[in-house]
Amino acid sequence: MSILLIAEFDQNSLKAATRSAISAASQIGGDIDVLVIGQNVNAIAQQVAKIQGVTRVLVADDAAYAKPLAENAAPLVQSLATKYSHVIAAASSFGKNLLPRVAALLDVDMVSEVTKIIDASTYVRPLYAGNLNATVKNDEAIKLLTIRPTGFTAAQDGSQSVSIESVLATGDKALSRFLNEQIQTSERPELGTARIIVTGGRSLGSAEKFESLIAPLAGKLNAAIGATRAAVDAGFAPNEWQVGQTGTVVAPDVYVAIGVSGAAQHVAGMKESRIIIAINQDPDAQIFQWADYGLVADLFDVLPKISAAL
Amino acid sequence: MKVLVGIKRVVDHNVRVRAKADGSGADIASAKMSINPFDEHAVEEAVRLKEAGVATEVVVVTTGAANAQDVLRHALALGADRAILVETAEHLNSLASAKVLRAIAKREAPQLILIGKQAIDDDAAEVGQMLAALLNVGQGTFASKLTIADGKVTVAREIDGGQETLELNLPAVITADLRLNDPRYIKLPNLMLAKKKPLETIALADLDVNTASKVATINVAEPPARAAGKILNNVEELIEILHAQVKG
Repeated sequence: MSILLIAEFDQNSLKAATRSAISAASQIGGDIDVLVIGQNVNAIAQQVAKIQGVTRVLVADDAAYAKPLAENAAPLVQSLATKYSHVIAAASSFGKNLLPRVAALLDVDMVSEVTKIIDASTYVRPLYAGNLNATVKNDEAIKLLTIRPTGFTAAQDGSQSVSIESVLATGDKALSRFLNEQIQTSERPELGTARIIVTGGRSLGSAEKFESLIAPLAGKLNAAIGATRAAVDAGFAPNEWQVGQTGTVVAPDVYVAIGVSGAAQHVAGMKESRIIIAINQDPDAQIFQWADYGLVADLFDVLPKISAAL
Repeated sequence: MKVLVGIKRVVDHNVRVRAKADGSGADIASAKMSINPFDEHAVEEAVRLKEAGVATEVVVVTTGAANAQDVLRHALALGADRAILVETAEHLNSLASAKVLRAIAKREAPQLILIGKQAIDDDAAEVGQMLAALLNVGQGTFASKLTIADGKVTVAREIDGGQETLELNLPAVITADLRLNDPRYIKLPNLMLAKKKPLETIALADLDVNTASKVATINVAEPPARAAGKILNNVEELIEILHAQVKG
């Protein structure tokens, strides 16, 4: 067995989701070559080389990869994939954009959003917003998987660095061009990998209340801020804070749901959290069915008290 | 400019789906079915492009049994011009679905293909990207805004932590996110009108598409239930728990 794993990174550092994917790959076993696709990515390659479980780092450094365009990256991954039994990426917006394109180029079906590795060709993944779990067998000659980061711990750095080798770029396919990006930079932990998350729902009533009640509590807990789709649609919070089936899927140690009704599509994104705490004025709110600890109370009354007491 | 929209008939998003007792799949035999919500946004966007004078024709296509005509009629009522049903009783995996769409795209030669970013049954989010690869065209996945000008489409994409904007040559494949638009409510006259719009049925066997897959679902089960929680008496108890779980 040999695994090609696609790294994901921002300007300065490897994403935690890639470390989770490396953990999943380690459960499959065999050599793990991690491919860094980018431009001037030496520093990222060196970070990857230190991670426990990595056999080799491959670097494709080219202007065509300056931005993560699937049209350019997919042929590169395809060119390398035939030497491997598995090609793996995190089920992030990056991995989900890229890997299905690679799969079609290789003429194979793939398995997305894997939450559990049973053996080298058998995995568990959710269906119907996590209401069901499917066990899936992949008998393709090259098995492509995206790994849901919340299902696996992040691989840690080891005591030494493995070798870094260059691979040939496959050029600019001239199908797409990057124009710009707006990435939220924040002092707060990243939503997808935060240990603690405070999430606000529509009951907060306005963007001002969302900010004035959720942000202080998140600050005190050193938590990332999440939002329900209803709160995002109402304009209380930006879309990148959305937790749920169609937003970010999270599984923190502690998830604090404030004024969250508990719609199925939201629960799909947080029900794997270790501890769920819910505060809602409605005693019949669905969220209490998922909460380890629930408090029926007026948000506007209790939230300042909680923030002050921590 | 012709726009092709791929849609899927799925269990309605309000239905709580359970597993069959024998673990062979989801128990959906009597469930209410609807158009996949993300695909509805894709249809809406195509219709808006036509209303704006950018698109000349909107063709919707689905693959499924004869009863999938209902979602095609729904798309026609939203404003699509004609519909194609690729009829088959077999379940298709993502790659096969993408190959069927490629076959239809070769016949119809659209400049733009729209499809939902994922179907809410298997939540795979694969078909759009696979189709773009098979057609060797650009892909704008998880799209929240698109603008067409000078033979190119500018697409804003929802990505982790924010948004990015790409420019793609046409033809291209766009996968719709929920924020792309708000689909309109269908008025009764449009529902009546939709019944008169053309709906062509093509047997899957006539398309010469290899639908074999080496990925198979071997068991479907409900996840273990969470242990029952505790309702706290007052805010002080909650503060104590936060102290213990987070600060401690």
